[in-house]
Order: sequence, then C-alpha cells, then structure tokens
Amino acid sequence: MSEQAGTDQNQPVLRLEDVRKTYPGGNQVLRGISMTIMPHETVALLGPSGSGKSTLMKCINLLETVNDGRIWLGGTDITDPRINQDACRARIGVVFQQFNLFPHMNVLKNVTLGAIKVHGMPKDQAKERALDLLDRIGMRKKAGAYPDQLSGGQQQRVAIVRALMTDPELLLLDEITSALDPMLVGEVLAMVSELTAGGTTILMATHEMSFAHHAANRVVLLLDGVIAENGTPQEVMDESQNPRTREFFSHFRGL
Amino acid sequence: MATSAQDAVSDIQRERERYGRRQNLRSVGISIASTLVLALLIALGLHASPGWPRVKQSFFSGAYFAQAFPKVLQGLWLNLEVLFFAVIGVAILGTLLAMIRTSRNPLLFPLRVLAQVYTTIMRGIPMIVVLYLIGFGIPGLAIFNRIPAALLGTVAVILSYSAYIAEVLRAGFQDVGPSQRASARSLGLTSGQTMRLVVIPQALRKVAPALMNDFISMQKDVGLISVLGAVDAVRAAQIIVATSYNFTPYVVASVLFIATSVPFILLNDWYSNRLRKREQSGGMV
Repeated sequence: MSEQAGTDQNQPVLRLEDVRKTYPGGNQVLRGISMTIMPHETVALLGPSGSGKSTLMKCINLLETVNDGRIWLGGTDITDPRINQDACRARIGVVFQQFNLFPHMNVLKNVTLGAIKVHGMPKDQAKERALDLLDRIGMRKKAGAYPDQLSGGQQQRVAIVRALMTDPELLLLDEITSALDPMLVGEVLAMVSELTAGGTTILMATHEMSFAHHAANRVVLLLDGVIAENGTPQEVMDESQNPRTREFFSHFRGL
Repeated sequence: MATSAQDAVSDIQRERERYGRRQNLRSVGISIASTLVLALLIALGLHASPGWPRVKQSFFSGAYFAQAFPKVLQGLWLNLEVLFFAVIGVAILGTLLAMIRTSRNPLLFPLRVLAQVYTTIMRGIPMIVVLYLIGFGIPGLAIFNRIPAALLGTVAVILSYSAYIAEVLRAGFQDVGPSQRASARSLGLTSGQTMRLVVIPQALRKVAPALMNDFISMQKDVGLISVLGAVDAVRAAQIIVATSYNFTPYVVASVLFIATSVPFILLNDWYSNRLRKREQSGGMV
C-alpha cells in the first residue's frame, strides 16, 4: 500500500541462503534454496504439489524451523535461534489458503487484533485504519459481521486486510485462491493486483499460472525442493529450454 | 408462511392452512391428554400404596416444611459461598492443568506427568473420600490451628472438580485446529496471547455445555461439605431431622438446591443460544 519508511531500496527484503528442510522421518523437502526478494517486487512461487512451496513459506514465517541455511529479513537473520521469533513474525504478513480468520471475532476485531496486541497501536487508530482498508475493498459495512456470514472471497479479502494492517515488510500469500469457488477467485486476485501496483513486496505460492504471468515481476519454479527456474515470467514460462520446466508448464497450456 | 397483501391466496393453499391448523390443535390436545393421564397414574399409584400416608407425613409435611425452611435457607448461604470460591478456584486450577497437559514445552515435562497423574487419580477417587482426606487429613498435620470446615470443604471441592474441568478444557483446547494457532502466531502474537485471545475463547464455546454440566453437578456436590461438620443446607436439615424424625427438611434442602441450579441452567441456554445466533445467522451490520 504505502511506501515503507526506513526500507533501504537496495537491500533485499528477503534473502535465502542455501535453506534446507528435512521433516522428521527423513523426508527432505527443501534441498538448498537461495533467492532474494527486493523491495516492491512481486515474486510468484510455482511448482507442483509436494515441491516444497508451502514448507518454504512456513520456514520464512518461522512456523517451521530450517535444518540448514539462513533466512534474512531485511538485516535480521531470522533463523538465528536467539532472536525474538514473535517480533519477526510480526514483520511479515501471511494469508493462508483456508483464510484462517478467527471465527469468534467479527471482521473488525480480526483485522485489528495484531495491530493492537502486537504493535501496540491505539484502539481508535487501529479501528480507523481497519475501516479505511475495508472501505477500499468495499467491505466497510461488513465490519461487524462474523467470518461465517461472509463468502469465501470476502473472507479471503478480509484476511489480506488483516495481514496488511501493520504495513508488513513482506506479504506471504500461500495459495490464497486454492480453496475458493472459481467465481470468487477473480475478486481476490484483483485485490492482489492492486497491492502489486501499490508497491507491496509479495511472495506468493500459487497455481494460477496466467495470474502469475501478468502480475508477478519474477517467477521462481520449485521442483523437488530445488529452484529449477528464477526469472521474469516470460523467461521462465515462455522461453525456458529446460525440459522439466516445459513439462511442468505444459499442464497449464491454454489457461 | 407470510403472504403479502397483493398475493391472492388460492383455494388450495387455504385448504392446506386449515388442515395445518387442525393438525396443530390435534397434537396439542394429545400431548395435554397424555400428560394428564400419566400424572393421574402416578397419583393413583402413590395413593394405592399402603405406606403412602406415612411417607406423605414424614416427607411432605407442611408444618415441618415451614419450620425447616428458614434454617435450611440460612445453611444454603454457606453452600453458595463455598460454590462461589470453588468456581473461582476450579477455573484457575482447571485451566492451569489443561494448559500444562496441552503444552509441548520440554521444560514442563515433569509438570505434564504430574498433571496427568493428578487428573487420573482425582477422577478415580469418590468425592466424599476426597472430602474426608482433606477435611480430616490436613488438620491432622497440625500445621495450622483450627481451619474452618467450610474452607477445607471448599479446597476439597476445588481439588476434585479441577481434574474433571481440566479434562473438558483440554479436549476443547485440542479441538481448536493448528491452523488457528498458525494464523495467530503469524500475526506476531506470543504463544500466551494466542492461548488467551484465540484458543481459549474458541475452546470455551465448544465445551460450554460440558462445563455447565460439571458446574451444575458441583453446585449440588457442595452439599457434601456437611460431612465435615460445616452447617450448610444439608447439615441444617439433618439437625432438624435428628430431633424430629421427620424427613421433610431434606425435601426443603432439595427444593432449594434445585431452585439455585435452575437460573444457571437457563442462563447457559440463553448464552449459548446467543453465541450460536451471533456466529451463524446472517444479516449483521
């Protein structure tokens, strides 16, 4: 949305250095991931199910611990076990596939909870900002509604607003349209496009190929826990000569 | 059902509605009749039993009822006091136990084992035995001089009921899915805040009927503190029974206990209904 104060334009928002993750039981999901995300970039993370997209997202948000490598958020090594993990999580906004709004709170409370409890924003200010953000997506009049009174698309847009409330340095979108009725996908993607245009730094795992093609600055293709491609949408999706890449995108021809 | 003024109602619909009303009347009539028949049968059965006049005299005597009522009522205050403090104690101890049992912090491992042993043992011991152990065991240690029986009774009730409540709450906590925790943590909430703001409120809603059931049960079990000699409603009734050989005071105590539980039952129904409506119905602003 707005320009983030104090962000160095030349310093990456996120930098991964040889990140590895093995789940208990020996299933190695991430086999050395290195990449950077610069301010205002929108990066689409693509790959088949099981390629490690969700795990990578969870590692970045510290919901999973990496087994090796480092993750830098701005100038902070967030894989350092001595850092305050809660404070790092608070700097990243996350939107989940299943929305995960709190069912016992109305829309306004859902949206303001983190701002008030984590960032110490005064209640009035949080409410004002929340209503303003809700207004922009045409949902101001739903502020008092509870999540199960909303459609999936509305819930997901509220979840995005919730993640944006505190101007996170990075917004993680984890397959946010996968649980939606095809009719509702459009409204959510339109909102993401607006954010992209507004300069929010975004990493999104998605299966929406055509959306990734036109909305992302860069596409990262994950195959079996390694980065197979990392380039502009055109380079990766249209021009790559890598047979595995071509094989993956062939499933989406015509979408 | 509602038809606006412009909609002409067809003859067929009018006939259907007439039929519906007749059916309604019929079912109301049937339920009244069956209730009356059952009540009559019970009354006849009691009257026909040879001992009924004696039973009526010793359990439902109007004179004894009037005599016992003020004393038993006075005793009931003690029960309510005990209940009040016991509820607070159980809420705290039960929640703590449940949180320890659901925690995964390695530091809390010994506490986790202790909590499990505690809930297992406490749920196995009859309430009255817990009362005896606490009520006579603790004074027996002779650390403190003279602890009031009501206080010991309160402690016993708290210790016993916390075990049940902890298990109910634990089920509730575990019923709140990991995605809710992930969502809360990703906002930057600490694990404590996540528990307090996200997990516990949702868990309480899920287990409210079970908690209420335990509360009602506790509400009558505070009557057991009479075994320690505290003059509560049951003890007050017992004293009168001992001198009069008439059991009506026990009926008085029962009536009073029922009277105290009814408001809580209604309150719970109202509350859970309200929550359900708020979370499920549409048309909110």
